[in-house]
Amino acid sequence: MSTATLEPRVRAPRNYLNADYGIRSWLLTQDHKRIALLYLVSVTFFFIIGGSFAVLMRIHLVEPQGALVQPETYNKLFTLHGVVMIFFFLIPSIPAVLGNFLVPLMIGARDLAFPRLNLLSWYIYIVGGLFTLYSAMAGGVDTGWTFYTPYSSTYSNTQVTAVAIGVFITGFSSILTGLNFIVTIHKMRAPGLTWFRMPLFLWAMYATSIIMVLGTPVLAITLFLLALEHLFHVGIFSPALGGDPLLFQHLFWFYSHPAVYIMILPAMGVVSEIIACFSRKRIFGYKVVAFSSVAIAVLGFLVWGHHMFVTGQSVYAGLIFSLLSFLVAIPSAIKVFNWTSTLYQGSISYEAPMLYAMGFIGLFTMGGLTGLFLASLATDVHLNGTYFIVAHFHYIMVGGAVMGYLGGIHFWWPKISGRKYPNGWAALAAAIIFIGFNLTFFPQFLLGYLGMPRRYAFYPAEFQVLNVMSSAGATVLGVGYLIPLVYLIWSMRYGPIAESNPWGATGLEWQTASPPPTENFAEIPVVTEEAYAYAEKGVSGG
Amino acid sequence: MQSFPFQPEQASTIARSVDYLYYFITAVTLFSTALVFSTIFYFMIKYRRRSPDERPKAIEGSLPLEVLWTAIPTLIVAVIFVWGSSLYFRNAEPPAGAMEIFVTGKQWMWKIEHPEGQREINELHVPLGRPVKLTMTSEDVIHDFFVPAFRVKKDVLPGRYTTLWFEPTRVGTFHLFCAQYCGAFHAGMLGSVIVLEPDAYERWLAGGVQGESMEAAGQKIFQQSGCGTCHLADGTGPGPTLLGLYGQPVRLTNGQTVTADDAYIRESIVLPRAKIVLGYTPIMPSFQGQLTEEQMTNVIAYIRLLGQTQAKPKEGGKP
Repeated sequence: MSTATLEPRVRAPRNYLNADYGIRSWLLTQDHKRIALLYLVSVTFFFIIGGSFAVLMRIHLVEPQGALVQPETYNKLFTLHGVVMIFFFLIPSIPAVLGNFLVPLMIGARDLAFPRLNLLSWYIYIVGGLFTLYSAMAGGVDTGWTFYTPYSSTYSNTQVTAVAIGVFITGFSSILTGLNFIVTIHKMRAPGLTWFRMPLFLWAMYATSIIMVLGTPVLAITLFLLALEHLFHVGIFSPALGGDPLLFQHLFWFYSHPAVYIMILPAMGVVSEIIACFSRKRIFGYKVVAFSSVAIAVLGFLVWGHHMFVTGQSVYAGLIFSLLSFLVAIPSAIKVFNWTSTLYQGSISYEAPMLYAMGFIGLFTMGGLTGLFLASLATDVHLNGTYFIVAHFHYIMVGGAVMGYLGGIHFWWPKISGRKYPNGWAALAAAIIFIGFNLTFFPQFLLGYLGMPRRYAFYPAEFQVLNVMSSAGATVLGVGYLIPLVYLIWSMRYGPIAESNPWGATGLEWQTASPPPTENFAEIPVVTEEAYAYAEKGVSGG
Repeated sequence: MQSFPFQPEQASTIARSVDYLYYFITAVTLFSTALVFSTIFYFMIKYRRRSPDERPKAIEGSLPLEVLWTAIPTLIVAVIFVWGSSLYFRNAEPPAGAMEIFVTGKQWMWKIEHPEGQREINELHVPLGRPVKLTMTSEDVIHDFFVPAFRVKKDVLPGRYTTLWFEPTRVGTFHLFCAQYCGAFHAGMLGSVIVLEPDAYERWLAGGVQGESMEAAGQKIFQQSGCGTCHLADGTGPGPTLLGLYGQPVRLTNGQTVTADDAYIRESIVLPRAKIVLGYTPIMPSFQGQLTEEQMTNVIAYIRLLGQTQAKPKEGGKP
């Protein structure tokens, strides 16, 4: 950037990055693109925090008796790892960073429907995050990210209330973001951009927003009740106070299961964009993929009881929740088949975003299929609460969601920053992450089947070999995550200038400059064709 | 460090059947993963971009294909669903005549009580080849009773009874884990299930410190707590008689009928006004907080005994 400013002749045209300078221009911005960058910096910060907790945990577990910390500290590490990664990284990652940046650009609008609300949501997120960080420094919390009662409400003497308040506050940022996206997608699409001409990323954002708006209030209520019982001993969840010990789990999972889809649906949207672009094909079965996102969002609200098969809930409740959980697997399978078929007769190139997208499909497929073991009642009884669960949800939420997020960052980086990154390094990082991820988490499937429960600060010696393998894999994975951090930051200053459409992609965001001007489009575009019109004009006409 | 097996031991009657389902789902998983991976690799090589100007023809989609790859996964998950559910239902209820043992979880130990009065901590001795039913509760937070070698797991909840059963098929010592996070030393809430040959089990029962039986202990608490003042044997007292009660249907003032099982009796002791027996008034005081979970199970054991005295003779008590 400084090189550009030194030579006024090659100075980039006005764009959202150089439109204004100074800290105030960022902290008071209402530009969705700048807010996206505020989120990018903040979620990266929280990813590093949450990742450091994971590093400490994996080092600790190299020895059966625990190599590093006291059990109490270990319990706080896995709790904060979960809280930070889920509420402060995964949930906001794609929606708040890529969604904020892309939703207006993709629909041909100048901003989101409520720009001030959008900035407010970032501040709410930061306040919630600071609360959580404060609680971590003031002693931490040891309940697990699931906050199960009555342990959390009456037995734990750690910072339960502070963390609950932190997560409670951050929930409002999700709700505002979801609200903003729903209104924007409904009301601000460019002329000609009908629902079935929308890129699938927008369908995914729309489905995600519905979950955010409908689900998050339930989490807020649940945490509010938890804090009430913790602070004032109002009997809600604790049987000693006349409460119901399982009520909390019902309420918690009513939000937290759909929350998994808040994390994975946006990644599915990203992957649809990338696959279409790098195989130069329309997404096979566009409508099926679009509706499967909505189906996942709806069914996702009806499967919370599969977290509770061994709680002693009615066997008939178990039966219904098992059936519904299997049903939600089907739209996910359909998506995988459609992405695969999109490649058929395509013109496929292997730039870095495509490698991340392929990595996503591989890891998501494995994560989804291992869900079958857990939806099935008889096998879940054995695997519930073990490392099998840990492995399964990391395949979905890290293998799937983080791979999708990184794919999206690499795909739209030229648009966001106006610069290109070194493709070789990016491809190498994708490969290292894919391999490191499998080395870390595949052994955990075996550990779980062998019976090692999760959240153990120390463990019987026979589980050591697999734990050491997992920790060794985690170092590879850690290196994989650090590489993009380096070259992406490097590229902001030294990367080659990106043209407006470096990948030859369709989509309105590629029809404006890289980086886009503050107002996105000099003139509101008019859409005359479907998304992914990659075929030669005339051929795709139908 | 030592080598590791790829499969946990199979030491109960249900372990093998759960494993067969596990193998089936593993096969489905491996086959589907291989199918997706190989198709993607094949397409990525066959359809790699050969010139930058390539513009492949658009393909809209295919309804028959969509139907096909909706139908096949649906069929496969239907098989897994039916298989997993029927196995689960088959294993849900203990067979008649299972021996009963009481388990109390507390931070961070397992307290076990045998009907004959033996108590153990973090060890559970059981005989080979006999179904064992555990009735479990917690004194504090939620725990979870997990024996990987038996493929059984059930949460242990405060204020409630949950049950679990197994029939050991191998002599040996097996891990008992707490599988629900329960605080600082959750990982230390370990125990062993020790399966003995029947005669060795009898010797174990006979040896050691013989406490009084659960029923006898329960009778004492029953008397000390003044239960007998109202619950007269002939049913003329202000509270219903407990003779012949256990396991029988009870009609309530609200018109419902419930079965007098462990959960109902426990609730009636802790929250007497929740379910009022038809023909009686809600005058019983709550005993919440006055009995430990072990005292509670002892009283229930005594009430079970009372249930057998008048009702049809079942097994004629213990040998």
